[in-house]
Amino acid sequence: MSESFRAFLYLVSAVFFILALKGLSSAKTSMKGNMFGMFGMGIAVAIAFSIPQVSAYSLTVFGIIIGGLIGAFIAKKIEMTALPQLVAAFHSLVGLAAVLVAAGALNAPSAFGIDVIGCIMRGSLVEIGLGTAIGAITFTGSIVAFLKLQGIMGARPIILPNRHLINISLSGVILLSLLLFVLTKGHFFFWLLAATSFALGLLIILPVGGADMPVIVSMLNSYSGWAASGIGFTLNNTLLIITGALVGASGAILSYIMCKAMNRSIINVVLGGFGDAGASAGSSGGTQERRQVKQGSPEDAAFVMKNCSSLVVVPGYGMAVAQAQHALREMCSVLKSNGVKVRYAIHPVAGRMPGHMNVLLAEANIPYDDVFELEDINRDFPSTDVAYVIGANDVTNPAAKNDPQSPIYGMPILEVENAKTVFFVKRSMAAGYAGIENELFFRDNTMMLFGDAKKVTEEIVKALEG
Amino acid sequence: MQAIVHKIADISCELSDAAAVLSSVDFTPMSGGCSPFMWGLTVFILACFVGYYVVWKVTPALHAPLMAVTNAISSVIIVGAVLATGQSESSFAKFVGFLATILTSINIFGGFLVTKRMLAMFRKKDK
Repeated sequence: MSESFRAFLYLVSAVFFILALKGLSSAKTSMKGNMFGMFGMGIAVAIAFSIPQVSAYSLTVFGIIIGGLIGAFIAKKIEMTALPQLVAAFHSLVGLAAVLVAAGALNAPSAFGIDVIGCIMRGSLVEIGLGTAIGAITFTGSIVAFLKLQGIMGARPIILPNRHLINISLSGVILLSLLLFVLTKGHFFFWLLAATSFALGLLIILPVGGADMPVIVSMLNSYSGWAASGIGFTLNNTLLIITGALVGASGAILSYIMCKAMNRSIINVVLGGFGDAGASAGSSGGTQERRQVKQGSPEDAAFVMKNCSSLVVVPGYGMAVAQAQHALREMCSVLKSNGVKVRYAIHPVAGRMPGHMNVLLAEANIPYDDVFELEDINRDFPSTDVAYVIGANDVTNPAAKNDPQSPIYGMPILEVENAKTVFFVKRSMAAGYAGIENELFFRDNTMMLFGDAKKVTEEIVKALEG
Repeated sequence: MQAIVHKIADISCELSDAAAVLSSVDFTPMSGGCSPFMWGLTVFILACFVGYYVVWKVTPALHAPLMAVTNAISSVIIVGAVLATGQSESSFAKFVGFLATILTSINIFGGFLVTKRMLAMFRKKDK
């Protein structure tokens, strides 16, 4: 196979990847898009095997089989509620693989076609260095994100003293080792670069709190793309460059959407400002907790729901934790058969990754047409009888509109307070992730249903049927 | 399913025709004008624009599958991993290449299959 023909096939593969993303513009075309993606990947691997420097195949095939089996097993077994941590774990693998490939290229320069008579070209060293740094940050950053999402590490932000100073000096060391690596070509500086980048990845994500995870997961998604592009520059491989750019752009757009939905800048999220504000607001909020709330039973809720004509469900992370989506579907189908108009309102940052709630509702067989985005449903709340808030909190907090002092001021919210009755399913009166009191709890038209989201919903179903 | 198979067959026919033309042309003088880096940068910037416009078109309901599938395709660095594993210049590179092959394969299979699972959930409701 000639070099030009291989380049042509890389282009074909890249087009398939673009079609894979384009397919996601609607649910109907998405399956076909995914097929295109797999097809493109198949072509890419086949071309890689045809590169003349590749002389041994058995080890590679062995590696693909092991990895493939593990990957297929995970994809089959994973609970949809655990999707965010799965994606974070996958990002970490891309990051580590980028570092490993860069190390491989450094040790086998002529096989990778980046040397002139046994000596690596300087430009290639820059590319190897950049690819490694981004890959390494993606790796450790994603690991921390994974540990936090999985609950192994506390979701509360971990703030080190002088962390900005540490981060800045660490970045300085990274730049310096990159410079020395390019100038001296010493492998020591390559590993120093990798090690400091690993450390920086840890330190960037440690101070980020749980509610900011949608931004962080999207940002790491973007990084994994840039890392792939960096490796593409090293190998002079257009397919890797194009794919990396696509993924990088995708992650960047998702981060932007998530930040906008929280009215925060990406810099603010990364620097972890939310954690500080949340901690202070949480402690002062403790004194107000004695204010009276109206508490109801699932039977009360069932009675009101049965006699209403329209209901909007607002799901949040709590629903995912309690695995309440199936009970919720059951509740809504009973109500629907009673002639109640049921709809679902999804805030862009509900859950722990973009689109998290949509997938969970889809898993429970909830019709696509009943699910609405923030802008499409907000004006309907005044004409809604009942809002059922299950596991969401901060995304409904009116303080975002009324209270300029609030840390979430300016964030677009679901205006459930306009509904005639609001039911809040919550485990306790504890503040949400942002650590701020939700004024909505104390309103006259709000009724709190304390308990596990799944249990409460199941009891409502029982009361509806009884 | 059959329609897709036919389409793939059609596409591969067209491709092999195009390939025959391509392999008869020598492209090497093309890259003589500028450095490979400039060439790569051009491709990179244009691809960023393509990504930007394509991703904005993705419906918000499918943002989770979007993340899973971009994750799978970013594992296209398996190309580098295969090269590192298959070369015979350095056994260290062979070793790290092998590790990278496993990692990227987990990602590719895991990413595409979990996307497929998710999309199947969204499709059920079209009926």
